[in-house]
Amino acid sequence: MENASSHFREKTRWRPLEIVFWLCTLLPFVVTPNYLSLASQIAITALFALSLDLILGYAGIVSLGHAAFFGVGAYAAGLLAKHYWSEPLTGLVVAALIAGLVGYATSHIVVRFRHLALIMLTMGLGLLLHEAANSASALTGGADGLQGFRVPSVLGFKFDMFGRAAYGYSLIVLFLCFLVARRIIHSPFGLALRGIRENATRMPAIGAPSRAHLRKAYTIAAVMAGIAGALLTHTTSTVSLEVLSFGRSADVLVILILGGAGRLYGGIIGAIIYMVARDQFSGANPQYWYFWIGLLLVVVVMFLPNGILGGARALYKKPQ
Amino acid sequence: MAPALSTRSLNKSFGSLTVAQDIALELPQGVRYALIGPNGAGKTTLMNLLTGMLRPDAGQVFLSGEDVTALKPDARVKRGLARTFQINTLFPQLSAIESVALAVLEREGQAHNWWRGLPRFGAAIDEAHAILGSLKVPPTRLTRELPYGQQRLVEIALALATQPKVLLLDEPAAGVPKDESTSLFDAIANLSRSLTILFIEHDMDVVFRFAARIIVMVGGRILVEGAPADIARDERVREVYLGKAHA
Repeated sequence: MENASSHFREKTRWRPLEIVFWLCTLLPFVVTPNYLSLASQIAITALFALSLDLILGYAGIVSLGHAAFFGVGAYAAGLLAKHYWSEPLTGLVVAALIAGLVGYATSHIVVRFRHLALIMLTMGLGLLLHEAANSASALTGGADGLQGFRVPSVLGFKFDMFGRAAYGYSLIVLFLCFLVARRIIHSPFGLALRGIRENATRMPAIGAPSRAHLRKAYTIAAVMAGIAGALLTHTTSTVSLEVLSFGRSADVLVILILGGAGRLYGGIIGAIIYMVARDQFSGANPQYWYFWIGLLLVVVVMFLPNGILGGARALYKKPQ
Repeated sequence: MAPALSTRSLNKSFGSLTVAQDIALELPQGVRYALIGPNGAGKTTLMNLLTGMLRPDAGQVFLSGEDVTALKPDARVKRGLARTFQINTLFPQLSAIESVALAVLEREGQAHNWWRGLPRFGAAIDEAHAILGSLKVPPTRLTRELPYGQQRLVEIALALATQPKVLLLDEPAAGVPKDESTSLFDAIANLSRSLTILFIEHDMDVVFRFAARIIVMVGGRILVEGAPADIARDERVREVYLGKAHA
């Protein structure tokens, strides 16, 4: 029996490489202090990709409209800061709650569909919210974005042009959300999600209420995406309509596929590579940088179908 | 005492094709039934109707006297009706013990728990380990890496983890070599005597060895139901099915 429990303990234990990875996330403070704004954007995108990984990588829900929750979180935080108060931590909580509510409401529709219908449905919901925000310009600022507010600091640390507070804030929130995601994945609920991804037909035959599990996963993912959106609002003191765009939904999907879906770190690794590549490529050629991103995606999908992390894992296991 | 599983006038058609017609069953507790019939007789369709994977056009399904016709498959499993599939329907990337522990956790209502790590559910893990041990399945290998015969046993282990009162086995030895199928059916024969079993099987040696009662289906109808000796003597059965093998 000891072997049985140790099988699960082995899978859930922290590995040295993980600890090294998180320690490395502190390096930008000393190694690249001029790129902390980019680092905070990466942390926010990584959190957004992590939230998508929960539903796509672990529950098999392919979404092309995940920016809906990112955008709802971003606008919720922005509107709160503009009309009520600019303290960011409560803003995060409110944004998470509102994104979670929208996620829970739409989950009742989303979990009824699979495959192509699901992709179209999530894309439709995303477009719907994007256009709703565009039309409600009195509230959202429409195409001009939501402006005229400022989130000055978090816990006394001022958001400055160097991005120290922004990166610290984003990194801490990313890490806390990662801990939650990690706990979910290694919990009975996480196992149930993997069961749904592996074989949705079998789940009812072992007494599993698959749709209830999927609704919960979708809501949790919406909460995390909302937090990521709120982080962007707090660190930039502006909300553009782009937070709800189809492009953002597509980008985060690309990021997750690049890094490797269903691997917890896939979204984070994908965000680092994608954002750094975008920064470098757009610096070299502002008009055609997407060409290189496209090429990167094609190469990764052709040679590393399970993403960069999947390829690395296969390489690591091969000699054994 | 109400039968463990029964049906009343169960009917199902796909367009003009009738796949189940006036099916009336009564399976008492603890009896092992074989469901036989030629290909296309409607055996798997009947299992799908019993488990709720298909909705009947008319008729009812009862579990221990309770009408479960309107219940979804997972709710029927919770009431003690489990099944296996003719074609492996497993979780390839989960280890055998993860798969079975998941079924135990679902049964215990703990699979919704997202704040406690899996190692803290020792009782469920131990139970999954014991089930796999009783079927001699290595617990920690990925399901997709197990030999086919052991994957068939994982099918049964998953069903057993739900602690069923009635177990429906859809060709449990399908694709398993003859020598392995005997040990597979020995494992089935050793299951609790209180468990009602209905199994679909084409191998008549296995059917006559393990079934206490046999139901013969033809063209979506039950042709006859009886003890193996009676079924072997029945002229209608010989004509439509057994005739080829036992004439």
